[in-house]
Amino acid sequence: MDLAFTPEELKFAEEVRAFVKANLPADVCDKVKNGKHLGRDDYMRWQQALGKKGWLVYTWPKKYGGPGFTPAERYIFENICAEEYAPGIIPFGTKMVGPVIYTFGSDEQKQKYLPAIRESTVWWCQGYSEPGSGSDLASLRTRAEKNGDHYIVNGSKTWNTMGHWADWIFCLVRTDPKAKSQEGISFLLIDMKTPGITVKPIIMMDGGHEVNEVFFDNVKVPVANLVGKENEGWTCAKFLLANERLGIAAVPQSKRGVEALKEIARAETDNGKPLIANQGFAEKIADLEIQVTALEFTELRVLSQMAHGGQPGPEVSGLKIRGSEIQQRITELTLEAVGEYSAPYLPGLLWQGTNEAPVGPDYAHLAAPRYFNTRKTTIYGGSNEIQKGIISKMVLGL
Amino acid sequence: MDLSLADEQKQLQDAAERFVRDKYAFENRRKIAATEKGFLPENWAQMAELGWLGMSFSEADGGYGGGAIETMIVMEQFGKGLVLEPFLPTVVLGGGMIAAAGSAAQKQALLAPMIEGKKQFAFAWLERQSRYNLADVSLKAEKSGSGYTLSGHKGVVYNAASADDIIVLARTAGGAREENGLTLFVVDGKAKGLTRRDYPTQDALRASELTFDKVSVGADTVLGSVDGAHPVVEDAVDRAIVALCAEATGCMDAINAATLEYIKTRKQFGVPIGKFQVLQHRMVDCFTNAQEARSMTLMATLKIDDKDAVVRRKAASGAKVQIGKSGKFCGQSAVQMHGGMGVTDELSVSHYFKRLTMIDLMFGNQQHHLTRYSNLAMAA
Repeated sequence: MDLAFTPEELKFAEEVRAFVKANLPADVCDKVKNGKHLGRDDYMRWQQALGKKGWLVYTWPKKYGGPGFTPAERYIFENICAEEYAPGIIPFGTKMVGPVIYTFGSDEQKQKYLPAIRESTVWWCQGYSEPGSGSDLASLRTRAEKNGDHYIVNGSKTWNTMGHWADWIFCLVRTDPKAKSQEGISFLLIDMKTPGITVKPIIMMDGGHEVNEVFFDNVKVPVANLVGKENEGWTCAKFLLANERLGIAAVPQSKRGVEALKEIARAETDNGKPLIANQGFAEKIADLEIQVTALEFTELRVLSQMAHGGQPGPEVSGLKIRGSEIQQRITELTLEAVGEYSAPYLPGLLWQGTNEAPVGPDYAHLAAPRYFNTRKTTIYGGSNEIQKGIISKMVLGL
Repeated sequence: MDLSLADEQKQLQDAAERFVRDKYAFENRRKIAATEKGFLPENWAQMAELGWLGMSFSEADGGYGGGAIETMIVMEQFGKGLVLEPFLPTVVLGGGMIAAAGSAAQKQALLAPMIEGKKQFAFAWLERQSRYNLADVSLKAEKSGSGYTLSGHKGVVYNAASADDIIVLARTAGGAREENGLTLFVVDGKAKGLTRRDYPTQDALRASELTFDKVSVGADTVLGSVDGAHPVVEDAVDRAIVALCAEATGCMDAINAATLEYIKTRKQFGVPIGKFQVLQHRMVDCFTNAQEARSMTLMATLKIDDKDAVVRRKAASGAKVQIGKSGKFCGQSAVQMHGGMGVTDELSVSHYFKRLTMIDLMFGNQQHHLTRYSNLAMAA
């Protein structure tokens, strides 16, 4: 057992750091550092830079054009990107539909879709949840009826993240309405430009627009866009959800969040002293940092196991639960640190990137919207109640 | 001992309930929040007509002889409707300080028209560095001729844009954070040298940053004694805290009711999600939290006029700790149990959640009041 990285790993870390410093556009880095809203183009420029280097799909095996990172290299890569204020990689192509396509897709599909995901020339979004199907995903009702060499898709999807920027959507659709809920589902790839698709924004409680409802009205989709076998889409869905759970713990982002919180607590005053000198508040940050450390070492144990060829064990299931709670706690303590100066709501500064002057310090206007928005982390990707249900059944045998 | 409302108080509660039902249906509130002032002058006039603006003041002061219980009753209903009219800054804080410290002439000039709905107030105390310390005030008021000159900055001043007069806490003597040497001034909202930056707040209220650039005021604008404002402010803020606690109990009742209704009707896996034990238990904890909040609010309401300052302060801080804790639990739980719908702007749940969040931060959060309570309780 050795906690230290090997000389090769340290060399790799240097390479990653040098690459990020040289290729992360300065304006994008600045936006991430200052919590500004990122546009489609901001993500794309960084992702395309990573794509050229071959690192965008850093979790993919070499066989499908990934870099074939070891678990330690993955960890190093993720941490350095976060430390250097790179934007998070949008997961819909890279971590979701890409692996589904290389695992279940045909050779033609691999050739058609994978290069554009690796190079980030196409923006993907996800069509899973429906208004009546949230936690109970398998009850979904969006219908795809076969008509010659096409499916005709009717229905609606919701909580569709960044679909207003997307070129393609991957969808779970019902192809056999008579089968039991999980059995009549298929996995379809749909071009967002197809006639009959409408994207309607959903405004979140922080006032921002990041998710949508997507409506399908007699949308014609070639049968060639079916991934895997008809009515066996649930296999793809389960595979994708398991994949999604890895990395959802967001440890590098949380480490960065704790450091940012400390900076704010140093800048804020409390009875004439820095807030961080307040014992009660300092202990709350300390408690949070310990939680992050426990999460990080749980993830490291998983990575180490995988490095020895093992599969992630039961400990991986808890990562999403604790990771999401920790993300919320960071925003909660940040709000507490900012105090009454978090009250001003400045939508221009927050969403439109106007040069409206902040009220109080630069970070103040972000504290409340972040806290509000981060309530989603214990809800999306299977709510924490659902996750605990899975662990109690699958891991503990209850 | 009798903790039930008297007949007149029940009538007041009914009237406040009716007001909220008639004026504050959720979509109506959205429209009110989007108006220029962020509240409706006609609603304010109605509150005056109903006697709410004067009910908690003594008859000698031109009021109707009620007190903290009456304030609690209406604030609770305001919480249920997320009412936007500036009752707290105008009546509880402004009116409260004028009644407590004002001269007969000031009461005549300020309190009487306020009770009629013709004057509104704002209370400017917070500065960038103050956090929750009411004595951390650096805005200076310097003697100049027969009056004073005010220079400095005040932040997050609720209702400043609509206020006829702004009650400003300024330093007339003493060093940083010294409790002695603070003085209250009643400053005309349109005074020369006073500039505002107005903005909406996270919970759809209105507030402003104020800059005082050598604002000249007469000696007759001093409210209470020169250098002696701190105890007046502390008492007024404690009263405002108890009123906020009542508002928060109303918010909690409303958010719990909405959540209960949602989990009874939202179906997943073929059953209403309220059939799942994990949600049942969480819902029960929400109700228990709201009950504790209600109890602490009532306790503080009944003790806020106690002769002993320690009793009053412990009551306000104790209630604020409970409201912070319960408000966060009920708010976060409501959003979680609503799932994706809970994080949208569309449902009322997120709006109650935001208001509960901001109430915790106003006049000292849970942590601040825990420390204050602890210092008071352990000293005895």
